[in-house]
Amino acid sequence: MADMLLAVQHVTKRFGGFQALTDVSLQVHQGERFGLIGPNGSGKTTLINCISGALRTDGGKILFQGTDITTLPAHQRTRLGIARSFQIPKPFTSMTVLENLCIPLIYAAPAQAHGADVSAEAMQILQHIGLEAKADTRATRLSLIELRKLELARAMAARPQLLISDETMAGLSNSEVDEILTILTALNERGISIIMIEHIMRAVMRFSQRIVVLDAGQTIAEGTPDEIVRNHTVEKAYLGE
Amino acid sequence: MKRCVPAVLALSIIGLGLLLTGMVENRYFYFATYVILQYIVLATAWNILGGYTGYVNFGTPAFFALGAYMATFLMLACHAPLPVLVLAGGLISGLLGLGLGYLTLRLKGVFFSIATLALTVVLQTVMINWEFVGGAKGLSIIRPATVLFFSSYVKFLFAVMLCLAVASVTIAWWIEHSWIGRGLAAIRDNEEAAECMAVPTLKLKILATTVSGALMGMAGAPFPLHVTLIEPTSAFNLDYAVNSLAMPMIGGTTTWLGPLVGAILLGTAQQTATVTISSALNLLIVGVVLVAFVILAPEGLVGLVRRLVQRERA
Repeated sequence: MADMLLAVQHVTKRFGGFQALTDVSLQVHQGERFGLIGPNGSGKTTLINCISGALRTDGGKILFQGTDITTLPAHQRTRLGIARSFQIPKPFTSMTVLENLCIPLIYAAPAQAHGADVSAEAMQILQHIGLEAKADTRATRLSLIELRKLELARAMAARPQLLISDETMAGLSNSEVDEILTILTALNERGISIIMIEHIMRAVMRFSQRIVVLDAGQTIAEGTPDEIVRNHTVEKAYLGE
Repeated sequence: MKRCVPAVLALSIIGLGLLLTGMVENRYFYFATYVILQYIVLATAWNILGGYTGYVNFGTPAFFALGAYMATFLMLACHAPLPVLVLAGGLISGLLGLGLGYLTLRLKGVFFSIATLALTVVLQTVMINWEFVGGAKGLSIIRPATVLFFSSYVKFLFAVMLCLAVASVTIAWWIEHSWIGRGLAAIRDNEEAAECMAVPTLKLKILATTVSGALMGMAGAPFPLHVTLIEPTSAFNLDYAVNSLAMPMIGGTTTWLGPLVGAILLGTAQQTATVTISSALNLLIVGVVLVAFVILAPEGLVGLVRRLVQRERA
């Protein structure tokens, strides 16, 4: 398929005797808003760790824009265009917000000049995200929503084609959730495909064009938000019989 | 123009040092200053891995002694001159750093530190059993009687160590201000996030262990000629591990200035105490000062001054 961005093919991951992912396959298309949901411990974060390169798979293949990236280290996948935010924010604590963004700007696009325009570019991204007032603040002094925004801004600075947002909204208030949703939608409108992992159903259902549901390391459903809501297997996975 | 300032500064310090050798004759002065300069190299080298990258290395004696033993071997084997010894010491310890990087940098935090400690023990055992370079009882080293341009050999040693000190501080300064330094800082802050933000973490960490190791080996190479003796207990002395860690901690680990300030202050205090009070007091001073700094100024002197300046402005 021409517009295929990411293809996960029969991926398996074991932690010792525990089978975290069993034969998981899914596709993300160019420009798509993709939702990944599932109960706690269903393997969502393991799957995106496999996609971003933090974990190696025990079987199966991962293709990005047609190239096999299954064995590439994480930093090379980021250079190819896969960026992620972390569920628990992992800022570079000794740096300011602006300096945090300079790291991916310098390393993800090494062809660009390592010079003055890096901070200008970082500032531009901060303006998009709405964090420009905190540019010179140390990352340790940010509030939770600001840290989440920093995670997104830093991922954006890697100039990705695919952004993986891992529970960016957990623990935020309703209006803050809306704020993050607006940012993600705006990014998507600029052509970036987004995988959203989220427990806040209101947000995922509104945001996603297509959703895949994981349960106990297996995909149990795939479809539009409406189809997922009406799916009995999904209901059973969340609520039991 | 601005880019030339560090280079001009570095060269003028070396120039001043050389001028000094023409004026001061007191041999003890050179002997003591050499030790302080040597600690500037060791502390700066340690800081590239420990301060910038966040990997605590207890193995300074291993790198230092390997440089010293490499030099001894070359002196015995082919009477190589000092500059060659320094380069060879740097090369072999750089290789040790490279190997250590490959084998152990997959270990995180305290496990890496334990591995560096083990490295020291293993290497010391090897040297104790290697008869050619003196084995357990050591060898006494005879300095060349004359040397070009200098009126005595101790002045020559001083000049060589001065160049090494200036070179290592310059290298640290350059790393800190380049894209490499930013990558190392990202690794120190959060290695997982750094890797996901396209920083080639393994490559940068190996670079840091190699450069750090090479500088330590270079500092060790003139050691047998300085004390006119090579012997495992003094070459693998615990002092090197403690001092090269304590000096950056006291000065401040995040900048090139920290280890420089720490080495000058602590090194001078130790040399003064050795002459005036007792030579056994050395490590006690380090211990007390280190504990005080860890509690009162965890960001070191540089961090303390910076905080005071900020408070003044605010």
